[in-house]
Amino acid sequence: MKDEGPQPEASGEKIYADRRAFLRTCAQGASAVLFILQPRQGEAAYSPRDHFYGMGIDIAKCIGCGRCADACKKENDVPREPFYFRTWVERYMINDQGETTVDSPNGGIAGFPAATNEKGMLRTFFVPKLCNHCANPPCVQVCPVGATFATEDGVVLVDKDYCIGCRYCIQACPYGARFLDPRTRTADKCTFCYHRVVKGLLPACVEVCPTGARVFGDLRQRSSPLERFMRMNKLQVLKPSLNTGPKVYYASLDGEVR
Amino acid sequence: MPPQLTRLLIVFAVLASGLVAARHFLLPKTFGESGHYRTAAVEAITKQPVRYAGREACALCHPDIVEIHRKGNHQTVACEVCHGPAAAHVESPSDHQLPAPRERGYCPLCHGYDPSRPTGFPQIEPVAHNPLKPCISCHNPHEPRPPHVPEDCRACHGQIARMKAVSPHVQLACTRCHETPERHKTAPREARPDKPRTREFCGACHAQGASSPKEIPRIDLATHGGRFLCWQCHYPHQPELN
Ligand code: HEC
Ligand code: HEC
Ligand code: HEC
Ligand code: HEC
Ligand code: HEC
Ligand code: HEC
Ligand code: HEC
Ligand code: HEC
Repeated sequence: MKDEGPQPEASGEKIYADRRAFLRTCAQGASAVLFILQPRQGEAAYSPRDHFYGMGIDIAKCIGCGRCADACKKENDVPREPFYFRTWVERYMINDQGETTVDSPNGGIAGFPAATNEKGMLRTFFVPKLCNHCANPPCVQVCPVGATFATEDGVVLVDKDYCIGCRYCIQACPYGARFLDPRTRTADKCTFCYHRVVKGLLPACVEVCPTGARVFGDLRQRSSPLERFMRMNKLQVLKPSLNTGPKVYYASLDGEVR
Repeated sequence: MPPQLTRLLIVFAVLASGLVAARHFLLPKTFGESGHYRTAAVEAITKQPVRYAGREACALCHPDIVEIHRKGNHQTVACEVCHGPAAAHVESPSDHQLPAPRERGYCPLCHGYDPSRPTGFPQIEPVAHNPLKPCISCHNPHEPRPPHVPEDCRACHGQIARMKAVSPHVQLACTRCHETPERHKTAPREARPDKPRTREFCGACHAQGASSPKEIPRIDLATHGGRFLCWQCHYPHQPELN
């Protein structure tokens, strides 16, 4: 009984001392790790976890000049033939009979020929399209080899080295945003210009849009232009019923657009 | 343990290790590190070369143009829209020269009238808007604010002013041909402006020997058009060739 008293004290002392030493070691270790991991001066440490990208498109500002489709091809080496587009511009023409005509000659790169039936035209406007970088992408689900995937920052990419060219993803995309690159025979599509975005540059199509109809930004940053765009406009996405969770948000979108 | 079971276990063990080995050799490197994909693919995509230098890249070497452009009507039209991808030019300007779209066909890509364009966007009818001349002869591409048209006379002579605005004589002030008393603007019928009276008036710019800018088309004053006054054939506010 007599000895019992101080014993826990002593061992308690020891525990405290140990704990202190342990905590000190931990703190040193942690600061060492932090020191090693800290962003180096000059080279930007890009962390995909801090970002989640999307795009806004204001139909009321699009003039259909097709500079986006042109710049996209130039930036990303997309074949110039008029069947391959990572982004393109469609012209919608709705006449007084309620019929809708949609055309996109060469993706809009060389402009649009004069509208034929201007008399009976009720509404007409341009709709730029691209991969919607869905939060719930059907193309990723069908890929048999894991060659198409969504990154942590919300961009859907294609692994060209592992794509087997089976075209399932092209079939699965409800937005027609994918094509088979004739040179590599692998699937290809918009990357949101991932190589630019990680360097802090804007996607090429946004860079050249003359009227600010395209807005790119980070959904994890309240100050990003996209967040502002989303606060200021009533938004819609394409084919919401498919539940793909598109991350290309349209403002002033007409109900006829599919 | 019964021997069948041992054998079965061996078979399972072989199969399992075969699977593990196959997985090890067949699964690409870095697969599954951050998801159901190769992390290396993301790195490869990140390494794609950048072609468009971005809006900030030109100011360093072309500060004057950037300054004009920043305040002008084309401020939202990035340099690389018209001059094309410029990353290589920024790296080494003399090895990679940029084109400039000087031809008339270029600007209507954005400004040609098209009913699908949003209302309010400045559009022109390329066939009728000052035909035959490159757009940049009147509009500075970096600040295309329409050239100044004398406004005073326009208030009352709108039709003539509009006509002249799209004619070869656009740069001539009304007062170059009409000496106008100030009172004309308040009492137009009492104080009438002057009108050209002679062939020599037009000859001051258009005669062979006239000391006017050399891009002005010349005629032989003695023979051209006989003895008729010039405006019997050319409407002076819209002197098109017919
Ligand atoms: C490092 C300096 C530098 C930067 C940055 C730069 N330029 Fe230049 N640029 C030059 C020089 C020097 C020339 C003259 C080259 C020559 O004539 O050999 C030139 C010429 C040009 C011309 C050619 C005009 C002509 O006479 O036909 C254009 C157009 C042009 N630059 C556009 C741009 C644009 C657009 C950017 C931004 C994306 C840019 N430059 C960025 C240095 C630069
Ligand atoms: C609307 C199209 C357009 C845009 C936008 C534009 N340029 Fe130009 N630029 C032209 C054209 C056309 C010419 C040729 C002008 C000429 O020959 O008189 C030119 C000429 C030039 C030249 C060489 C001639 C000179 O005046 O020295 C430079 C340098 C240049 N641009 C730089 C720029 C820069 C920098 C920007 C962005 C701030 C820019 N441009 C934006 C159309 C454009
Ligand atoms: C890529 C599209 C694009 C191209 C190419 C382009 N512009 Fe523009 N232009 C614009 C935009 C956008 C504006 C600003 C419109 C506004 O303020 O609403 C503008 C404004 C103008 C204006 C002012 C009109 C006004 O009333 O405010 C003129 C004039 C003009 N441009 C002439 C030209 C000329 C000349 C060229 C060819 C050298 C040209 N533009 C090429 C997009 C373009
Ligand atoms: C002879 C000189 C001249 C030429 C060449 C010329 N313009 Fe103009 N432009 C003018 C004048 C003057 C105005 C302003 C008067 C008016 O509104 O008509 C103007 C106005 C404009 C406007 C503004 C119209 C609006 O509604 O606000 C645009 C856009 C324009 N021009 C584009 C062009 C384009 C594109 C070309 C080449 C295809 C071109 N211009 C060639 C003189 C010229
Ligand atoms: C307050 C309105 C007003 C303004 C401003 C105005 N005018 Fe007039 N102008 C008139 C009227 C009214 C007439 C007479 C028309 C008639 O009698 O048939 C006229 C007639 C003329 C005539 C024809 C004279 C003739 O003998 O046939 C000329 C030339 C003329 N104006 C030039 C100008 C010029 C140049 C300016 C700008 C410096 C100008 N005007 C400003 C209202 C105006
Ligand atoms: C190149 C010289 C020239 C310029 C510039 C010019 N005029 Fe005239 N204008 C004439 C001549 C010559 C006549 C005489 C025509 C006749 O007598 O039939 C005339 C006649 C007129 C008349 C009389 C009615 C008519 O249509 O014949 C008016 C009004 C007039 N001008 C207004 C203007 C205004 C306003 C401007 C500027 C917007 C202007 N003019 C610019 C040469 C010019
Ligand atoms: C102050 C000088 C000046 C005077 C005076 C003048 N013009 Fe002109 N004229 C010009 C200019 C500048 C042009 C356009 C040249 C160009 O195309 O760059 C021109 C062009 C013309 C053209 C050619 C049109 C074309 O399509 O190429 C005719 C015709 C013409 N003027 C007739 C006349 C007549 C008639 C008169 C007299 C009433 C007259 N001019 C007085 C400066 C003048
Ligand atoms: C009898 C009618 C007539 C008369 C009068 C007349 N012209 Fe012409 N003018 C024409 C015709 C037709 C043309 C186009 C065919 C040609 O080039 O000869 C022309 C062409 C021109 C051109 C363009 C020449 C070129 O090389 O592009 C100018 C400038 C011109 N006239 C100025 C004048 C001037 C100034 C007067 C008065 C001294 C005048 N004209 C009188 C009929 C006439």
